[in-house]
Amino acid sequence: MTSLTFDPDQHAGIVALEQRRRLYSMLTIVVLVIILVAGYTQAESMNSGGFMKGMSQFFDYPGDVIEEAWAVGWAFWGIVWRFVPALVETLNIAATATILGGVFAAVFAFLSTRNLDVWPPLIPVSRRMMDIMRAFPELVLALFLIFVLGASSVPAVIAIAFHTVGALGKLFSEVNENIDRRPVEGLQAVGANWPKRMRFGVLPQVLPNYFSYFLLRFEINVRAAAILGYVGAGGLGAELLRTIGWGKGQETAALLLLLFASITIIDQVSGMIRRSLATGTLSGRRMMA
Amino acid sequence: MSTPTFDRDALLAAHPRAVTHVARGSLVALVSLVLVFTYLIYAVFAFDIPRLIATAEPQRAVLLVTDSVAHKVHVTKSLRRPEFEVAVEGERTATYTPDTYPAWVRADDDAETVDVDLGDGYVVHIVGDHVTLETPDDGTIDVQVIETGVTIGYSGEKPDWVREGMNVTTGHLVKFDARPTIDKRIQITRSKIEIHRYFTGWEHFFFPFNSPLHGLSAGEVAGLAVSEERLDPARSNAALIFETFWNNPEWQHGHIFKALLETVLMGVLGTFTAALVGLPLAFAAAHTFNRFGVIRFALRRLFDFLRGIDMLIWSLIFIRAFGLGPLTGALAIAFTDTGTLGKLFSEALENIDRKQIEGVSATGANRWQRYRYGVIPQILPVFVSQGLYYLESNMRSATVIGALGAGGIGLVLVETIRTSRDWENTLYIIILTILLVVAMDGLSSWLRRRLIRGG
Repeated sequence: MTSLTFDPDQHAGIVALEQRRRLYSMLTIVVLVIILVAGYTQAESMNSGGFMKGMSQFFDYPGDVIEEAWAVGWAFWGIVWRFVPALVETLNIAATATILGGVFAAVFAFLSTRNLDVWPPLIPVSRRMMDIMRAFPELVLALFLIFVLGASSVPAVIAIAFHTVGALGKLFSEVNENIDRRPVEGLQAVGANWPKRMRFGVLPQVLPNYFSYFLLRFEINVRAAAILGYVGAGGLGAELLRTIGWGKGQETAALLLLLFASITIIDQVSGMIRRSLATGTLSGRRMMA
Repeated sequence: MSTPTFDRDALLAAHPRAVTHVARGSLVALVSLVLVFTYLIYAVFAFDIPRLIATAEPQRAVLLVTDSVAHKVHVTKSLRRPEFEVAVEGERTATYTPDTYPAWVRADDDAETVDVDLGDGYVVHIVGDHVTLETPDDGTIDVQVIETGVTIGYSGEKPDWVREGMNVTTGHLVKFDARPTIDKRIQITRSKIEIHRYFTGWEHFFFPFNSPLHGLSAGEVAGLAVSEERLDPARSNAALIFETFWNNPEWQHGHIFKALLETVLMGVLGTFTAALVGLPLAFAAAHTFNRFGVIRFALRRLFDFLRGIDMLIWSLIFIRAFGLGPLTGALAIAFTDTGTLGKLFSEALENIDRKQIEGVSATGANRWQRYRYGVIPQILPVFVSQGLYYLESNMRSATVIGALGAGGIGLVLVETIRTSRDWENTLYIIILTILLVVAMDGLSSWLRRRLIRGG
């Protein structure tokens, strides 16, 4: 057996390419390191508490909370039970917002996909609208609506739903773009009108993927709903703000436990459902908040 | 050509399974729709929408919108003390001196008689404690301030834009409040007469009222910047102009810029840290690269734990330990997303193509070279595109974490809304926040296209 040899002169082009690539990689890594070092130095100087001091206190707060919860003993589970309605409220915010957002996202996605025979001028319009909705930070809309509507869950629902239309709409339209056109053409050949072509030719192809993205978005929205509660929109977040303000460690611990448990359970269950739905093309990777 | 005909019975006889399949699908769809609809009806009651509609304050939205695109000038005459003031937004630092009153306000030296022209034919004459309001369509309205409050006389019908305030215990009229159009308002009580006139635009956006640069045109400012003659002997004119703008007490450009920088730092540092810590952990959690099942299991649970704690809880813990600042937000993002990205990367690593690694090892490559040329090129696109997606999304998260108390633009936004005084400032911050998010979105999708196509 002869060993492979490599003659640099013979492959000058490849060597040059490889060297340039190496240079780019090195440059990227250097830039990344500079950003990280400079960024952390800057962040450290802007922070009110320093990094070292913070690290030493890192476990103090969780420690205190757990200690106070431990001191309560079995009654702790009673406290947990008392906060279940707050959890239900947060889940309701997320579910309603995901449903409303998902419905509008589906409509927008159908109007923004080229291969679904919609009126062409509509396509760029609905795409730009989705971009705007996606870019709009939930916090801004929620704070505005809390000011107008008063502190309740509805501002959070509207804010999350608005963002969901943009985020899900984009993913849905990508699903639409990858459909097999043949069923649609077949239906057209037997004289089916547009709604029928969509109902029997497109929906059966896209619904499993839609549902999978929908579940993933629901996970993200549960987290968002909890956070928006903290700025005034009810549910777990609002309770958390209250108990932290009043310094009731055992109640804080109960709320944190509920939040952690529900997020983990939703995460695992939706992951299982998505895996069972999954076809080769589908993954949660393109999903973003 | 004959049109195809549809005979259900014939079709059912020929393809029974196809027909029942479609029918079953329709039934499932119908049942799901009914369930979702029922849930939404439940939600209407769970959120108590009827009460919400009853207590909503839509006029606040109008107020917010008007106030955020306009500013008002207050003309105030105190009836208790001999005081008369014309000031932008009623602020002490933005008070006109008697020789610089705007043209629509005329007052004699002791402000005994004052004429205010509100535009569109509405003119207010003040003589001592007597006010006459001339209107184009509703005649004149006379208001006399007396010991117990005010007396009001109309030359015609009482217009519907006038509200009279009554002291319910004594039955005396104590307040006159007229808002004929959205940009004019006259309020009279026993203690003072206050007239507001609104103007479109943001006032003092560049330079504060009491600075020497106020009221200069852009050309004049540019001329000053290059002129040798110093307004302030201690500084060059360009520095003076910049510092006056930057430290504008009302708009606080410098303060807001710093807050934006903090938010960017949170998002960028948090995402980069998560990606760089997540990658090696992902190798150790992928069965293709790690034979020790225990370690893999432990790392997977660690990822789940980091994700399950959620950004909200991490933020609260870090705010307690590290106080206000970008470091707090960066670490909260980094902790949560180390779990998310670690999980994604390890899934990507488990799905890579073994053939490429085998090809590289067939050339006699060592372990490091196999990783470098067999694995990294395969997962780099996933790494880059996921990292950038999370960078985008974390810019939004950073504003929210800021609002929880970590600082940055989120906190500034919450504070200006809570004080709800200057809505134009709020709108300014909202616009900057959206611009920041959109700019980061654009940057990240540009980078993604460049890196993935080019790489």
